[in-house]
Amino acid sequence: MWLTSKIKQIVLALSPGTVTLKYPFVKKPVPRGFRGQPVWDHTKCIGCGGCANHCPARTILLRDLCQEIRVLLYDGSRCTYCGRCADLCPEKAIVMSPEFELAAGRREDVSQTIELFMLTCNRCGRCFDMEIKNAIDKLDLRGYRYDSLEARTVLRRTTDRMAPEALAETEAYRRPEKIGGL
Amino acid sequence: MAALFARAAAKAFPKSLWLYHCNSGACNGCDIEILNVLTPYYDVERFGIKLVGSPRHADVMLLSGAVTRPTLPLVKRAYEAIPAPKLVFGVGSCAAGGGCWFDTYNVTGGGATAVPVDYLIPGCPPRPEAIIYGVALALGLVPQKSAPVELKQVEFPIDAYLRNKAWEERNVIYKLIKD
Repeated sequence: MWLTSKIKQIVLALSPGTVTLKYPFVKKPVPRGFRGQPVWDHTKCIGCGGCANHCPARTILLRDLCQEIRVLLYDGSRCTYCGRCADLCPEKAIVMSPEFELAAGRREDVSQTIELFMLTCNRCGRCFDMEIKNAIDKLDLRGYRYDSLEARTVLRRTTDRMAPEALAETEAYRRPEKIGGL
Repeated sequence: MAALFARAAAKAFPKSLWLYHCNSGACNGCDIEILNVLTPYYDVERFGIKLVGSPRHADVMLLSGAVTRPTLPLVKRAYEAIPAPKLVFGVGSCAAGGGCWFDTYNVTGGGATAVPVDYLIPGCPPRPEAIIYGVALALGLVPQKSAPVELKQVEFPIDAYLRNKAWEERNVIYKLIKD
């Protein structure tokens, strides 16, 4: 009787086969609707800055170099791949690609920089007046083309790092030890 | 540079990598994916990779989570406890650059503030395949895919910024209008 049970065990053990993926050597396609790295189509982008305004991780930054050139920087190391930029883009210039193999040695390796050419007025050579006195309206227009470019060059300024004093305080902090050791 | 580093890593870690999983205030998303990598479906033990409980046994630290203020000294101590040829993987967007929380009050801003991060694995959370890819990249099994992208709509013959500066200096009238 024990022999038949052993044979049954062997058959049972062999029947499922192997489930392990041969991943780095054989690729498996991603499921439908998977959001990987966002990819910008620089021919479609109009430089409205909507993606930069809505990015929860503030990983898309805009900078106006001059009246004509606006630089869009996507620093992918902070990106959470939420897809809000792609949802929001009015020109559908951002596509969430199925690319997920993004491991890199440096932060800059997952970044994208796009230099956008911004059209200016044929008459005056500047854009229309963005000088809004209302503080609430200013909030959304920050970083848009503007006469004094130095005043508001970066959209949604990021600090990126903790304040150095607070960091030093954190590093020097000693946890209270338990009375009587251990 | 990356190829050189991969060769150096192959020399420093000729056999098996033992991982120490360090959670520095992650939401557990990355931790679940790291556990997923160790299951038979993804099975990183094919590459001799194994999870160990103590940093003293480990070669590699898998750091997940934006390093929060309470965990910062602990992460540093765990890193110091790993014996000398050591790698640090920042798993997830939080460890890579701070994620959504990069400038919140109790987050020090990514793994790079606490320990030198050798490889970033972005994703929120990264797919188990992406973690395997990152480890395989460190072992030199696969080439690096990501590279910085620079796109331009128009090529300008002269530096438009310099031209603009000169134009602004010439046109004092705009300064007068502003004042």
